[in-house]
Amino acid sequence: MADHAVPLEPVEPTASVSTRASEGALGAHAAAFTEVSGTRKRLGWFFWACLGWIGLTILLALIAGLLPLPDPNNQTAVINAGPSWSHLFGTDDLGRDLFSRVIYGARVSLVIGFGSVAIGLALGGTLGMLAGYRQGVTDTVVNAASYVLLAFPALVAVIAILAFWGNAEWKITLIIGFFTAPVIFRIVRAATLTYATRDFVTAAKAQGAGDLRVLGREILPNILPTVVSFTLIAVATVVVLEGSLAFLGLSVAAPTASWGNMLNEGRTYLQTNIWITLWPALAMFFFLLSLNLVGDRLRQHYDVTDVKL
Amino acid sequence: MSTAAETVEHPAEGRPLLEVRDLRTAFRTPRGLVQAVGGVSLTLEAGQTLGVVGESGSGKTVLSRSIMGLLPLSGVERSGSVRLAGTELVGASPATLRSQWGSTVSMVFQDPMTSLNPVMRVGKQIAEPLRLHLGLGRNEAMATAVALLGQVGIPAPEDRARAYPAELSGGMRQRVVLAIALACSPQLLLADEPTTGLDVTVQAQILDLLASLQAERHMAVILVTHDLGVVATRADAIAVMYAGAIVEQAPTEVLFSATAMPYTEALLGSMPRLADPTHTRLRAIDGRPPDLARLPAGCAFAPRCPYAQPLCREQRPPLVAAEHPEHRFACWFPLGGRPGPEPPAEDAPTDPEDP
Amino acid sequence: MGRYLAKRLLALVAILFLVSLGTFFLVHLLPGDPTVTILGPNDTAQNRAILDAQLGLNRPLVLQYFIWLGHVLQGNLGQSYITHETVTSTIANAFPIDLELIVISQVLALAVAVPLALLAARKPNGALDQISTGSTFAMLALPAFVIAPLLVIVFSVHWHVFPGPASYVPLSTDVWTNLHAMLLPSIVLALGSIVVYYRLLRNDLIATLQEDFITMARSKGLSNRRIMVHHALRPSSVSLVASAGITISALITGAFVVEYLLQLPGLGYVLVNSIDQVDYIVVQGVVLVVAVAVVLINFLCDFLFTVVDPRITRG
Repeated sequence: MADHAVPLEPVEPTASVSTRASEGALGAHAAAFTEVSGTRKRLGWFFWACLGWIGLTILLALIAGLLPLPDPNNQTAVINAGPSWSHLFGTDDLGRDLFSRVIYGARVSLVIGFGSVAIGLALGGTLGMLAGYRQGVTDTVVNAASYVLLAFPALVAVIAILAFWGNAEWKITLIIGFFTAPVIFRIVRAATLTYATRDFVTAAKAQGAGDLRVLGREILPNILPTVVSFTLIAVATVVVLEGSLAFLGLSVAAPTASWGNMLNEGRTYLQTNIWITLWPALAMFFFLLSLNLVGDRLRQHYDVTDVKL
Repeated sequence: MSTAAETVEHPAEGRPLLEVRDLRTAFRTPRGLVQAVGGVSLTLEAGQTLGVVGESGSGKTVLSRSIMGLLPLSGVERSGSVRLAGTELVGASPATLRSQWGSTVSMVFQDPMTSLNPVMRVGKQIAEPLRLHLGLGRNEAMATAVALLGQVGIPAPEDRARAYPAELSGGMRQRVVLAIALACSPQLLLADEPTTGLDVTVQAQILDLLASLQAERHMAVILVTHDLGVVATRADAIAVMYAGAIVEQAPTEVLFSATAMPYTEALLGSMPRLADPTHTRLRAIDGRPPDLARLPAGCAFAPRCPYAQPLCREQRPPLVAAEHPEHRFACWFPLGGRPGPEPPAEDAPTDPEDP
Repeated sequence: MGRYLAKRLLALVAILFLVSLGTFFLVHLLPGDPTVTILGPNDTAQNRAILDAQLGLNRPLVLQYFIWLGHVLQGNLGQSYITHETVTSTIANAFPIDLELIVISQVLALAVAVPLALLAARKPNGALDQISTGSTFAMLALPAFVIAPLLVIVFSVHWHVFPGPASYVPLSTDVWTNLHAMLLPSIVLALGSIVVYYRLLRNDLIATLQEDFITMARSKGLSNRRIMVHHALRPSSVSLVASAGITISALITGAFVVEYLLQLPGLGYVLVNSIDQVDYIVVQGVVLVVAVAVVLINFLCDFLFTVVDPRITRG
């Protein structure tokens, strides 16, 4: 009877999946546990609040022209005024309405932020998917190229280029976008690689699906959460980059408002008129906080390997 | 036995090495309280081997962890009594537990690849408990570790001691795990599915090794497995677990020859035999193990039991003794024509097995 | 191991070559005429042509590149049009400042992030963890150019704890004054790094703590401290080393901003100034040096990988 040992239950995989299930914190019932609550935590009200704030900022920036705001570059007589009903955020040293400037500034910062990342996604994202999917020579070549591009710290290269090329809004967006491409490339490529070798992709190919179809229907939906969360964080990084550029005088030219510009201008008046600095700083703070939080939560939510107890 | 006042740690004379009384472990999960172990009692003498068998989900792994106390720090409720060589482990301070772990009791885990630290050389991993519990110096501990590697049958132990786990085969890794567990000569070894992840040939080797080491050191072993074949020849007694409780327990030969509980019979029946003609259908047990968060009112096995009666579905059968003094079973209508326990009267209070 | 190293070195050389190529063309393909800078916009075309020839700017671009590369490999990065200092000496004077800034700030950052992550990972979502995570998120939203002026006002102007901007003194002159001046910029820079290090380490630690070998380590009776430091930390620190490559870029960015704000004469300061003055040669030299440094550091980190986690070379 004992010479032929056979498991009593249907054969189950003996790899670490079952080990984790049997040895994990919840002993024999970890499997049931992960099945039910899984790794999906509820997103929480704070998450939605942050998402709402992002949406609000974008909305305000978009419809800035439609709102009853004074011209952000219009210099009035009332300089360095504190907040009041006529000037919600006060005015700066040239009498310009700060509330209006913050909103129009959001427009600039957001255009640069989302615009560059969009360029980066278009360039780096597609290349990343191709490289991760095709692998082989394509992958090696493009990957090496990304290494080279990544070697130039974005700020340095951007500074150099903008200084000699000029700092129109579209130029800034284009250049920053160009330099976010390698980073996005690496992320997308890594994410694609984890899926490109999976069986369901092979199965789709075996059924005659063309490359485009496989990329679009099988791989893209799977890498989307990672990409989205990284995108949000990338936007935050670019907004900060714009601010840094503004401090070096390389962001959009005055008198156009951008958050970075306002912060830079406000530096000299920190002791006399703190409002110039405070409002864009707060706007930037909350916007960046929301972006980072939402991006991070999304990543946690969809990242199956990130188990929390 | 009045044990409440006793806290001294000297090994008890004439008392069993391990006494487990009414051990219960529950996990707080979003789905509610999961009763993984529901009132287990057993004793083990020094040098004995107890086999604990059951399907996955029966609670056998949690049982071994609960006996040792190796449970997560939060979200767990453990009650009952576990007395190991005179020391009470339930409710003991973390420091007390840590002093026992690795020295008096140790555990062998299922998957040697994941239970060894991948970035630490194996020799060092063996030396750790030696330095901690026995106070050996670095060189002495290493020398002892090398000796241990030799004892568990690893060739060229001095070289192997410097290897990383990934450089060893599955069987060798499990030997390393054994070496770690035996390093401080514990009195009790809890082996949790020690061979499940290994090749069949290697399985036998490891089990033989375990047996010989056990005999040398007069060590008690609790062997947890889902494989009845493993325990059939290597355990002095076998406890069958179902849904977090022991449903039958007996010395090995008695269990096989005088099976009382239908679940045990089903387990035995599901083992294919060499003598069976080819293409004999495997006899699986119908149905699935119960959800430990929502245990049924009566006997947990009743939904799947071919002999179930209405009483089985209403009342949980208590664990009672059979003819042989060390044979216990929990069934209202045991096999073999022996009498079952007295069913409770109509208006009697709920039976003692209920939490 | 040797073969792995050789392959990586080969790749390194190739990348460095490409970096030099990129740097050269970066500066030379941009609009702008060096002769205008030197002679002013109102000089004659004839004089420009003479200067062009003098500076070698009328030769084919590819040839110019190789000439330049040749010079670079001999250590000659050219001479500034404006200050007439050799680029090499300018960089050599500025570089130690960046080095010091980065070293001090990273030491500070690790000194805070590692213990914090170790403590937080033991009780995920506990009080310490929530506070730390929240704070680090908040710090992410406060870039250097917001924090630095704020800290300057509070600590330099109001409380006089630190000296104000432009108070740098080289180490060789006076160690204490130097450190005193470097502390505030280092702190500003460290704040950003703390965020990254803490979050990476904490997440990695929590994941590692779920592993079976940690349970095994517990079963040996090891203390929590020993488990955290000796068993959990090392596998988890791989992500720290991995991220170092990316954080270096961020560091340099941050360092430049901080230097500019607090007027430390480091590479960032030099870069921005030379851009202001349209001093191409210096810009080119700085970009090259920085890019090469980044590549080398990335390479070093890749190498450190194999030391920290022996599993990697096997692959």
